[in-house]
Amino acid sequence: MIDPRLVLLLSAVLFSLGVAGVLLRRGAITILMCVELMLNAANLAFITFARLKGGAEAQIYVFFIMALAAAEAAAGLAIVIALFRLRDTTDVDEINLLRW
Amino acid sequence: MNLIAFYVFALLIVASAITVITNRNPVASAVALAFNLVAIAAVFMLLDAQFIGLLQVIVYAGAIMVLILFVIMLLNLREEARAHPAGTFQRVLGPLATLVFAIVLGRAVYASAPSSFPEAAAGFGTAGSVGKELFTTFYYPFEAISLLLIVSMVGAVLLAKKKLS
Amino acid sequence: MLKLIGLIPVFPLVGVIVNGLFGRRLSRQAVGIIGCGVVLASLIVSAGAVLELSKLPPDARYYETSFGPWIPMGPVGAHGEAVTIDWGFALDPLSAVMILVVTGVGFLIHVYSVGYMEHEEGFARFFVYINLFMSMMLMLVLGSNLLVTFVGWEGVGLCSYLLIGFFYDRPFDTRTGLTCADAGRKAFLVNRIGDFAFVLGMLYLVTQFATLHYRTVAGAVAQAGDGQHALLVAVGLLLFIGACGKSAQIPLYVWLPDAMAGPTPVSALIHAATMVTAGVYMVTRMSGLYVHAPEAMLVIAIIGAATAVFAATMGITATDIKKVLAYSTVSQLGYMFAAAGVGAWTAAIFHLMTHAFFKALLFLGAGSVIHGQHGEQDITRMGGLRAKMPVTFLTFLTATLAIAGIVPLAGFFSKDEILWGAWSSGHKIVWGALAFAAGLTAFYMFRLAFLVFYGTYRGDKHTFDHAHESPASMTVPLTILAVLSAVGGLVGIPAALLGGKDVNVFHHWLEPVVGSGHAAVEGAGHGGSQELALMGVALAIALAGIGLAWLIYRRNALSATTIAGRFRPVYTLWRNLYWVDELYEAAILKPFYAVSRFAAGFDRWIVDGLVNASGVVTDIVGQLLKLFQTGYVRNYALLFLMGVTAILVYLAGR
Repeated sequence: MIDPRLVLLLSAVLFSLGVAGVLLRRGAITILMCVELMLNAANLAFITFARLKGGAEAQIYVFFIMALAAAEAAAGLAIVIALFRLRDTTDVDEINLLRW
Repeated sequence: MNLIAFYVFALLIVASAITVITNRNPVASAVALAFNLVAIAAVFMLLDAQFIGLLQVIVYAGAIMVLILFVIMLLNLREEARAHPAGTFQRVLGPLATLVFAIVLGRAVYASAPSSFPEAAAGFGTAGSVGKELFTTFYYPFEAISLLLIVSMVGAVLLAKKKLS
Repeated sequence: MLKLIGLIPVFPLVGVIVNGLFGRRLSRQAVGIIGCGVVLASLIVSAGAVLELSKLPPDARYYETSFGPWIPMGPVGAHGEAVTIDWGFALDPLSAVMILVVTGVGFLIHVYSVGYMEHEEGFARFFVYINLFMSMMLMLVLGSNLLVTFVGWEGVGLCSYLLIGFFYDRPFDTRTGLTCADAGRKAFLVNRIGDFAFVLGMLYLVTQFATLHYRTVAGAVAQAGDGQHALLVAVGLLLFIGACGKSAQIPLYVWLPDAMAGPTPVSALIHAATMVTAGVYMVTRMSGLYVHAPEAMLVIAIIGAATAVFAATMGITATDIKKVLAYSTVSQLGYMFAAAGVGAWTAAIFHLMTHAFFKALLFLGAGSVIHGQHGEQDITRMGGLRAKMPVTFLTFLTATLAIAGIVPLAGFFSKDEILWGAWSSGHKIVWGALAFAAGLTAFYMFRLAFLVFYGTYRGDKHTFDHAHESPASMTVPLTILAVLSAVGGLVGIPAALLGGKDVNVFHHWLEPVVGSGHAAVEGAGHGGSQELALMGVALAIALAGIGLAWLIYRRNALSATTIAGRFRPVYTLWRNLYWVDELYEAAILKPFYAVSRFAAGFDRWIVDGLVNASGVVTDIVGQLLKLFQTGYVRNYALLFLMGVTAILVYLAGR
């Protein structure tokens, strides 16, 4: 009934939207949120293939991705906080000391 | 029936994603993201991956989003400014590159799957089947990831502490 | 003592090291004692070794020793046998003569130098250089193969350079503004041309005939096939060109007159008695090769004879006392090469020995004259010095008689043997040229003697009043050399003079080494009356030369200036030394300078330019690349995306 290709297309669209967000937004936290979007798009694709293939392997990948996302969100947010304390802004464009 | 549900949820997913990436208020973005995550969980359910869908709600929407919201509140973020000092290069090439990327990805992905799902095996997607797999074949990665979580926790605490003077 | 021959070149090196390291702190006396002492040690060992050698039967007079292998060459030559070149030293009758001459005359000159260089700066440095020269010269002469000889060859070239330019800043030629250092450089560079040919000759020899060792060269060459004859001639000529450089023959003689910039003992030792004779020694050593390459020998004879005449003409018009002697040396060396070229090897070495005696004496005497006049060297400003410097005068006169070839002094016998060798081997033209040169020699040498010692003093009166005889350290060597010049020829009296009785000690001594060469001359036989007649002719020519000089310069019966006026073009030609130096400058040096300038420019602009350009290009590329480092994370993310897209496209396309 549900066309797997549609689900995958949805995943692709979601991923692209996440990429667009990373490229176009300036707030650090917003960028992190867009990264989460991308991760979820990947999860969706994984689940689709799990369903196609059978077996629990792909679902476990999703499991791990989620755990990783959690760890990464924690660490990333901690960095944003530290950065905020230093520069008083979360604007990513303000953090540009490593330029030529 | 499933198909209609799927379309509805798909629409919700896209709409909330667009909100995430366009709304200038970070809180609004966060809430939209949470909504997105729940919708995705629903799609998981539709695809018979119940355990994972559940996890999605609990871990992602429940824990991670809350964390993000907490930090937004902590930093008292206001609306974002609009101007782009990142340059014309970014403003022009960004959307363009994303479009190209989307097309390529979409086409690649579309070609890689059959046009319908097979019958789900019995017990597919249950906590039991996933758990069984997790604690036998993927035992070592499991332990590793718990280690990773601890490390991340410690790191986050260290990074976010006030100055150690 | 024979076992010690390896030490003969080493003793002077000890002097080099001691005087080199400590010379400045020692007294002049000590430096002199060390410098002369080491040469005396070499002399004693040489004498002892030669004595021992003479006790062996004539065919067995050969002793070789080695300091070990030097160059293992692997398979070379026509049959691909492996050759190793040693640090070998060998004593045989030929090298015995040479070491005695070198150490003997060398020792006398060392003693003389102690007196001559008394008031000069750099006393210790002088002795270091001159000892180094002795060491190298002895290595040259004692070497058992061409390569060890070549090491000595190069070494003496170096010492010549160092010693000519000893007073490095002193201006030498007011006409061209050169300093003594420039003269040294000229000597070295001209020698280098000869050395290049020498090396080529050695390379051909070793790669085609698989040997550089003197004992085996003759055998290897004799076995050579007809196809290799041209190669043999080439080797012979190449080695001879090397000899031309070292022994100042046409066309590489131009450095010797300018070498007079060095102190007079240097001129005596290096540019009269020893270094310049190295070429003659080497050619005689290789006589085993040359007898198989008669074309090369002909070339040698022609060049030798031509040089003899050519240089003598330049000596007639020179006015610097040392330059006259320099041209004389070039001329006499021509005699030696002419002798070698016609196959009279023994005669060549005989003349080498006697020439060492009287030419060294002439130079040392000139040095005494210059020393006594506090630096005056122009003979037109001298005269009447025989009363002021009697010992110098008498010894100088002895040498002049010897070089003119007056019996029974040494020069008569040696010159005569060369003339006989030329005549009897059929080279009548060579004989004619050499006889003419003998006349010229007698003339210009007595011109020199008359202008310096007779008549009235033509220079500064003050200098004349203060002119004095030289100290004993200088006059004693003069006396010894005079004795040698007088009686030294008696070892080689030709049988013809004594009615067929053969007491030619010298000839017999050298026979085992060059016997085969001399046999060609011997075969013609010392035809008693023919030889006596020729001796008479030579004596007559010499007396005629002396007579002419007496008429012009002593009696003033003929005026030199009038004669010069009558033959103005010839006089100008001789006075300007045939403009050879100018010719070389224009034809060879100027284009060379142009090429060098071009090369320098090329190096500076293109080679350096390329290197600099690579630097500049790197810099520009860097400047371009740095524009990517904007510091904005989002730019970097965009670049990621573009990369990922590219990879995706590639993977999807497959």
